[in-house]
Amino acid sequence: MKSEITHYCQIKNGKVIFDENLLYEDKEVDFQKFIKNAYQFFELDYRKFYKMDPLCKLAVMNSSVLIANLTEKLDPKTALLLTNKSACVDIDLKHQKSITEGFARPADFVYTLPNISLGEISIKNKLRSENSFFIFETFNPEFLITYTQQLIQTKKANAVLAGWVEIAENDYNALLFLVEKKKGIALKKENLLNLI
Amino acid sequence: MENLKKELKEKIIEALNLEDLTPEDIKDDELLFGEGLELDSIDALELIIILDKDYGIKLDDPKKGKKIFESIETMANYINENRSK
Amino acid sequence: MNTIKSEAVFFAEGECITPLGWTLQKNIENLKADKSAITEVKDKNFAENPFYGAVLNKEKLNQKFENLAYQEEFSTLEKMILLASENIKNTYENALKDKCGLIISSTKGNITALENEDISAYFLSNLAQKIGKALKIKSQPIVLSNACVSGIMAISVAKRLIQSGAYNHFIVIGADLFSKFVFSGFQSFQAISKKPCKPYDKSRDGITLGEAAAVAFITKDKEKIKNKTYFEIIGDSSINDANHISGPSRTGEGLFQSIENAKKEADISAEKVACISSHGTATLYNDEMEAQAFTRAKLQEKPVFSLKGRFGHTLGAAGLLETVITLKFAEENLIPPSFNYEKHGLTLPLNISSTFQEKEMDIILKTASGFGGSNTAVLFKKHHS
Repeated sequence: MKSEITHYCQIKNGKVIFDENLLYEDKEVDFQKFIKNAYQFFELDYRKFYKMDPLCKLAVMNSSVLIANLTEKLDPKTALLLTNKSACVDIDLKHQKSITEGFARPADFVYTLPNISLGEISIKNKLRSENSFFIFETFNPEFLITYTQQLIQTKKANAVLAGWVEIAENDYNALLFLVEKKKGIALKKENLLNLI
Repeated sequence: MENLKKELKEKIIEALNLEDLTPEDIKDDELLFGEGLELDSIDALELIIILDKDYGIKLDDPKKGKKIFESIETMANYINENRSK
Repeated sequence: MNTIKSEAVFFAEGECITPLGWTLQKNIENLKADKSAITEVKDKNFAENPFYGAVLNKEKLNQKFENLAYQEEFSTLEKMILLASENIKNTYENALKDKCGLIISSTKGNITALENEDISAYFLSNLAQKIGKALKIKSQPIVLSNACVSGIMAISVAKRLIQSGAYNHFIVIGADLFSKFVFSGFQSFQAISKKPCKPYDKSRDGITLGEAAAVAFITKDKEKIKNKTYFEIIGDSSINDANHISGPSRTGEGLFQSIENAKKEADISAEKVACISSHGTATLYNDEMEAQAFTRAKLQEKPVFSLKGRFGHTLGAAGLLETVITLKFAEENLIPPSFNYEKHGLTLPLNISSTFQEKEMDIILKTASGFGGSNTAVLFKKHHS
């Protein structure tokens, strides 16, 4: 059975979209305010959310909306495969500033690795699965497709939640898509480029 | 003392990103860790920094923190007795 | 759609530069001579009081780098990477033109650029492009940034991508700097050891940081391998703890599952593993977590060693550096001691290697664990041409 894209979620330009459906829209341009509004709208009820850096907030929000809208339970062997360009630049700059001012803050330092976002998604969804974070200059559909297919074909995962989670200050774009051994949108470069 | 407690609550909310709370939501004798506010080990390290940065108290042994950080009450008492700024 | 090609993939050979030596060979010699990369550092930029760290001599680095044929300007980290890559680049010149990929494993890359507010140098993709160009690798470089498991995970990723059919070979690079950014962070965690770190020891009190660059050539073509001894990558897995973003799982669940998956893929029992080159950071919780995971995986009697007592924790380089060193020792059928270990400090009776020991080596396990709940286990099998 072919692996195809069964669902996706995108957060971009103040919009949260799940499978072509606009679930939430907000004119707020400040990312921190926008994501807080979205958090309240989707009733995430997850206090830890407030402590997260912008990258984790974006990744957790996107994956939570996607998973909440699935009709079937997420397979426990769903791998996580995230990519972006700017790693966790916002929290890195904040941490650097604190150092210059004389006091490094543990609550910031702990978020200065992009893969913490994988940890946060894994914890929230109790996903003990394959996970990795890669960095590219731009969205790289070929890589996402090759690595996703390899994970499923070698049975290291039954499904893969993959995508691009980019944020630098108020400029953000997060596209996560779920690939399963089911009918859906073909896992092709053109299709991913259409979605992003 | 009451001022110190209020100040501590504000600082904790700010430093630990407890955006959903106001100082009035935190009771003086409420447990900060475990059941009460559900703070964790990273938060404890932040509290150590508040002691250092704002009250000039150096806490080298994190284990000592357990008693001091039990509640706002215990924290305020400790700061009152040991502060150097 | 590609079909499954579970063809064999090999670790051909590695190189590294560390404060202990500018070549792999020199590092091995110095380890045997009981020398360490960790020294007392007096640098007020980092801390008021002296501290322990494994820091490269930057003057010597610049001198060594001038002997290479590069014209462009490079940062300290880039010089470390290119210097470490020089031998492999020359030895496998032809392979680099033949569907060869590049993976750079780093947690923070050129992080010191932020001190000078140089945002463009901060981006890991820029670092990767620069290195790819310098090594004349045509494919788009891949950066893996998965905390402290990055270095060993990079080998696993290279193997998977070769097996997908998209690549024939990979240059895998692991590198990170000793930076104020990371040092102050771990200081605020109260996780920096007062003495050179002592993995698995009763008196261990935290990590010692280090810096290094390591390189490996990974290929599916046995015929292209120049080394007489090389290693097949027979099983690999990276499972998240889903427990806490900075604290390791108390039960070692993610690491245990990673090891079990790797064993299953390799189709071997625990009995076949000759030794474990572990993560061993010397924090209380990491080392205890590993003891739980190794015991659950029935590896409690296998010799375990951490190399961090000599190189410190080199972050994104660590997993690769430790693999390169471990497999070089394995060529000589040698298991190194777990440096700085004196008195057992775990609640479980692991077999911590206490001296250099000779042993016929067939299968070797490398593991790592890190922030974000990440874990990786990779099994290597020795081959001779």
